Amino acid sequence: MASPLVRTCGFCVVKLQRGGWFSKYVLISTNTFAFTIVRPTTVSPQSKPTPRKNDPKQRVGVVGLEIHAQIHSNTKLFSGARVQFSAPPNSLVSFFDASLPGTLPVINRRCVEAAVMTSLALNCSINKKSLFDRKHYFYADLPAGYQITQHRLPIAVNGSLSYSHLVGQKWSQAVVKTVRIKQIQLEQDSGKSLHDDTRKQTLIDLNRAGVALMEIVMEPDMSCGEEAAAAVRELQLILQALGTCQGNMAEGQLRVDANISVHQPGDPLGVRTEVKNINSARFLAKAIDFEIQRQIDVLVNGGVVHNETRTFDFKLGQTIPMRDKESLQDYRFIPEPNLPPLIVYDNESTPVNADPQQVINIDLIRVNLPELPSAKRTRLVDQYGILPEHSFVLVSEDGLTEYFVSVLQETKAEPKKVIGWVIKELLALLKQYNLTVSQSHISPSSLAELLNLLEMGVISSSAAKQVFLLMWKECDKSPQQIVKEQDLGLVQNEKILEEICQNVLDGHLEEVTAIKKGNKRVLNKLIGLVQKEMKGRADPIMVKTLLERNIS
Amino acid sequence: MFYKMACQRPGWSLIRNVTLSLLLRHNNPRQGIGRQMDGLRNLRVGRQLNRAACTTHSCSKVPPTPTWEPVGETPLSLAYSVSPDLMDRMERLALVDFRNHEGVARLQCAITFADQLHIVDTEGVEPMDSVLEDMQLYLRPDTAIEGDCAEVLLRLPTKTVEEFYVAPPGNIPLPQREERCGLKKKD
Repeated sequence: MASPLVRTCGFCVVKLQRGGWFSKYVLISTNTFAFTIVRPTTVSPQSKPTPRKNDPKQRVGVVGLEIHAQIHSNTKLFSGARVQFSAPPNSLVSFFDASLPGTLPVINRRCVEAAVMTSLALNCSINKKSLFDRKHYFYADLPAGYQITQHRLPIAVNGSLSYSHLVGQKWSQAVVKTVRIKQIQLEQDSGKSLHDDTRKQTLIDLNRAGVALMEIVMEPDMSCGEEAAAAVRELQLILQALGTCQGNMAEGQLRVDANISVHQPGDPLGVRTEVKNINSARFLAKAIDFEIQRQIDVLVNGGVVHNETRTFDFKLGQTIPMRDKESLQDYRFIPEPNLPPLIVYDNESTPVNADPQQVINIDLIRVNLPELPSAKRTRLVDQYGILPEHSFVLVSEDGLTEYFVSVLQETKAEPKKVIGWVIKELLALLKQYNLTVSQSHISPSSLAELLNLLEMGVISSSAAKQVFLLMWKECDKSPQQIVKEQDLGLVQNEKILEEICQNVLDGHLEEVTAIKKGNKRVLNKLIGLVQKEMKGRADPIMVKTLLERNIS
Repeated sequence: MFYKMACQRPGWSLIRNVTLSLLLRHNNPRQGIGRQMDGLRNLRVGRQLNRAACTTHSCSKVPPTPTWEPVGETPLSLAYSVSPDLMDRMERLALVDFRNHEGVARLQCAITFADQLHIVDTEGVEPMDSVLEDMQLYLRPDTAIEGDCAEVLLRLPTKTVEEFYVAPPGNIPLPQREERCGLKKKD
């Protein structure tokens, strides 16, 4: 065996040994008269001559997110038109949304409350006085030519969002990270444009114009697509728990734009690009990772990253520059002349004799906040003694916690066993058939019945799994019926078991001798064979005692 | 207390006028009438006083004689000149064509007019960005009261396609400066 310090030069297949001070490797054998002193960086034949920029310090990505969450309300932000996902085109448009002259904005109380609730849930400090501004740009789906937003003084600033990021495969490797929230502001949505390239026209639908959005601007504290996806998932859960946003990315209720740049740690931030048109959390991670890699490649090859807006094409899995955006937009922000400042109050500053419909009280809203996901997870762990990763899964799936609690109420089984069934068996089937918890074929009470049968010892655990699968396929039969029909009840008749055990032992004499010598693990194999004969219905404890008795 | 005295002595119109103007005058010109009116609203106002408040001249905010002086043109006339690049950028942003002598002259006048603000001493004064700063923002309840007027709205444009508005595909970019000058010369 050659010593590890001896390497073969890739260029001339000559042996080299670690040399003295003047070179890393020195020639130790020659086949030819050529003599090479090779530097370690060019030992392998695959490496090209690398430029200076490719220094050992790795470039890391810096990701900041801008999230637009559509507020779940009956009407739009500044007009009394209804909000609905799919409706006949231009049927939910008021005169103000169509920006006809003579119309004025009137703000919706529910939207302000929703913004305050979200800000409190994200630990922001609420500005008691916030102002509205106009952001001007020309586009066909913005009929007024400007969007009413909060640029100078938004409703909330300086918050934080904590999320768990799975670094490795196991839960124990999960890290709790925090991303700072720069501000939360209320703004209007624009309409929807459908591009008809064949007839060179765009069809405009203003149903979505004027709907209230909360723009949540995060600081660039994240460094990869996985972290961003985890943060967005946590935000989705929080918004759904509060009821302020339904968080459905596919329906456009939660839109995420990513600002991505790369730099070497310690250096100032690089040029950033904005990536839009990402419609699911999975694509978000892909898009961010692709963009980070693209920027690193551009810089490694000596190029320059341009400040541009790119769109994510999910079919190609790539980001592509957008045609229509000009490089530097001047939005000409002006204060909204038709709207006074928005004042929110707390218990001390609420004016006396004020109309309660006209007063937004932060302290009252804080007291009435529903249970947030993080609090729910810790409560489940404390109350039921389940592991943190289980409570994470319970909270992540819509309706799974309620399912788990209802099963627990009807069964005597321990929470740890129930959680195993709910997460491993039920969730696996739901994922396989792509169903939600509410569409599950097995109701909580049927699962509870099955677990009771298991607890009482009527069936074995492997039989229970078979019954479970049959229950899924035949929804209306109860577990007991299935057990009877399939004759999956636990067999405890000693005579039958004795016979089968003897057959197995007679057929596997080698294993018997191994067990007699002291190798106890082979016993498990024999037990498995007996169970196979009995189709999993044998009482495992009895089988083990019988086998051991017959061997000795 | 002055208010009540004014109520009880209807004949003393002078006192009434003076007390009213004292009460209604604001210390800070920026502070609107709204705040002080909140306190006054709770007092019972006699009908006579109400009539007086409407008709008397001293409760008007318009001063009886002009209080401003015109600023001379000379110190400000050539303070700011508009460069061609700035003109081009402004045309591109606002999509307003003012690239002729009249347009430029008008713009220059507007800038000079606005420059008069530089004379005012604004040391330590918070900028006012809306005349509505003392008004209360009305919060509307979340019930649907508008919408369902697609027919009325779609009667306005000349061309519609199946209840959609029609627009050209994307933004038509404004031609560059040289091309635009060329186009103008043709016209």
